[in-house]
Amino acid sequence: MIEVAVEKRLGAFRLDARFTAPGSGITALFGRSGAGKTTLVNMLAGLVRPDRGSIAVAGEQLFSSERGIDVAPERRRLGYIFQEGRLFPHYSVRGNLTYGAPRRAPPGAARFDAVVALLGLEKLLDRRPGALSGGEKQRVAIGRALLAAPRLLLMDEPLASLDQPRKAEILPFVERLRDELKIPIIYVSHAMEEIVRLADTLVLLSEGRVAAVGSVEELTSRLDLRPLTGRHEAGAVIRTTVAGQDATFGLTELVFPGGRLRVSHVALPLGTPVRIRIRARDVALATTRPEHISIRNVFPARVVELAADRGPLVDLRLDIGAPEQPVMLWARITQRAAQELGLAVGRQVFALLKTVALDRGSLGRHQPAGAAFDEDEGS
Amino acid sequence: MLELSPIELETLSLSLRVGLWSVITSLPLGLAVAFLLARRNFPGKILVDGLVHLPLVLPPVVVGFALLVLFGRRGPVGAWLYGTLGVTFAFNWKGAALASGVMGFPLMVRAMRLSLELVDRRLEQAARTLGAGRVRVFLTVTLPLMAPGILSGVILAFARSISEFGATITFVSNIPGETSTLPLALYTLTQVPGHDADAWRLALLSVALAMAALTLSELLARRLGRRIQGLA
Repeated sequence: MIEVAVEKRLGAFRLDARFTAPGSGITALFGRSGAGKTTLVNMLAGLVRPDRGSIAVAGEQLFSSERGIDVAPERRRLGYIFQEGRLFPHYSVRGNLTYGAPRRAPPGAARFDAVVALLGLEKLLDRRPGALSGGEKQRVAIGRALLAAPRLLLMDEPLASLDQPRKAEILPFVERLRDELKIPIIYVSHAMEEIVRLADTLVLLSEGRVAAVGSVEELTSRLDLRPLTGRHEAGAVIRTTVAGQDATFGLTELVFPGGRLRVSHVALPLGTPVRIRIRARDVALATTRPEHISIRNVFPARVVELAADRGPLVDLRLDIGAPEQPVMLWARITQRAAQELGLAVGRQVFALLKTVALDRGSLGRHQPAGAAFDEDEGS
Repeated sequence: MLELSPIELETLSLSLRVGLWSVITSLPLGLAVAFLLARRNFPGKILVDGLVHLPLVLPPVVVGFALLVLFGRRGPVGAWLYGTLGVTFAFNWKGAALASGVMGFPLMVRAMRLSLELVDRRLEQAARTLGAGRVRVFLTVTLPLMAPGILSGVILAFARSISEFGATITFVSNIPGETSTLPLALYTLTQVPGHDADAWRLALLSVALAMAALTLSELLARRLGRRIQGLA
């Protein structure tokens, strides 16, 4: 468990954040720039001191203004991966990796060779940071933090300074940290696609306050949080499972309670849980089942909520799930279309989704957080 | 012709000894003052800053006179040092080292302070999150990254020290073999008719020494610079 309740005033900015996050899986801190994400992570790491409050990780009090506790950063055992890498320029890659390694590694700590192999650093060991690309630097930074035997990883927008190909290069490594090392991670980001792909729990930050905490699926389906989760990119996140591969057409079939959907081929074994993000503007609606149409993903749906946006648009929340197992989808259409079709809460419609609107960026391999935790307990 | 006479050798070795000692002993103090000025805020900081820089702008004779008053046998500091430790700076090479050390101190502190201010504190933070305490961070991150500044501070102070004249002659006089460093010995030769050739030799020796120090510093600074940029 990660328990945070902190207050701090920085000039005109006031941070007053309280949240509890599970001690496993990836917890994303999401918010616009200036929402206080980095300040909050710096407080966890002990680099910024809160005016008041308390911070506890895995039952150990790291900070408490009441009890006068303020554990020094070097004693917190939290691995911090900074946005800009912050490698030591005067050490080789090997020197950077081993800088924080404890002389006697605690049992279960990641070993040097294992981390080097996991992050693909074999060929870089004798190089200097100045001769590394941005993606390589970030991989070394991840390895350096891992080898310090942390009980929690803090990642502050580790991909923000990288271009798209480099991001795609790093993301699988972060997934491997989550799935193979089972190390809990606090992941700061303002990119919803990273969060959908990686995170289990979402902490929404806005102007120094925690607006909501919950699962990614739950928070992204809430219309009232739209201004925070992003208006243009707004969409719902659905949990599915890989149910089949269509080799002839290069498609993968995903099932969710109440339906199935086809996406471009993803190389994952049958039964793998996959999370998919469907943007509201990619969903169209029809009042009768359309025929002679190229769109293959057609879901019977019930209108649950209507929320007029500013301007000519309206967002609809739809239930496309089975009875008793609601699955929420959003659709964004014009006010005019909604009126002409006579859409209202309770109305049965059909939601249409183009397969090509779903790219690799909107898919996340999803390991239920509980499962990872149970395995940890067992070992 | 190129061989040095015994007197020239003695002068040279005395100059080097004075220069080295003045630099070695002021190095830790210089680091501490640079750290204080670059990283800490305290009341009277401007005053300390001014005091450190004073030898740079005062006539050297004033510094020599102040040292004479304070560190002379009967001066308050000098008498105490002689009484408790049996050490005196009056009219010997240690006094010459003290005088040139004081004159070189501002140059040393300036260079170190500048380089310390350029050290990326975010790297120090990263080191702490990796489990390094303050001392280890200073030794493994801060100090190596400010090495070029330390080096140039040391060389500047050394060069200043071996060319020091005014404060030295005022404080410890011009005693051959004891306080008569290169500039002082050269001065003596220029005051005696018929020694122009000898004066030339010492002048050229001074130039050679200064050039050697500067070249060495440049070469080392280049290597260190590449190192802390993460290239070599």
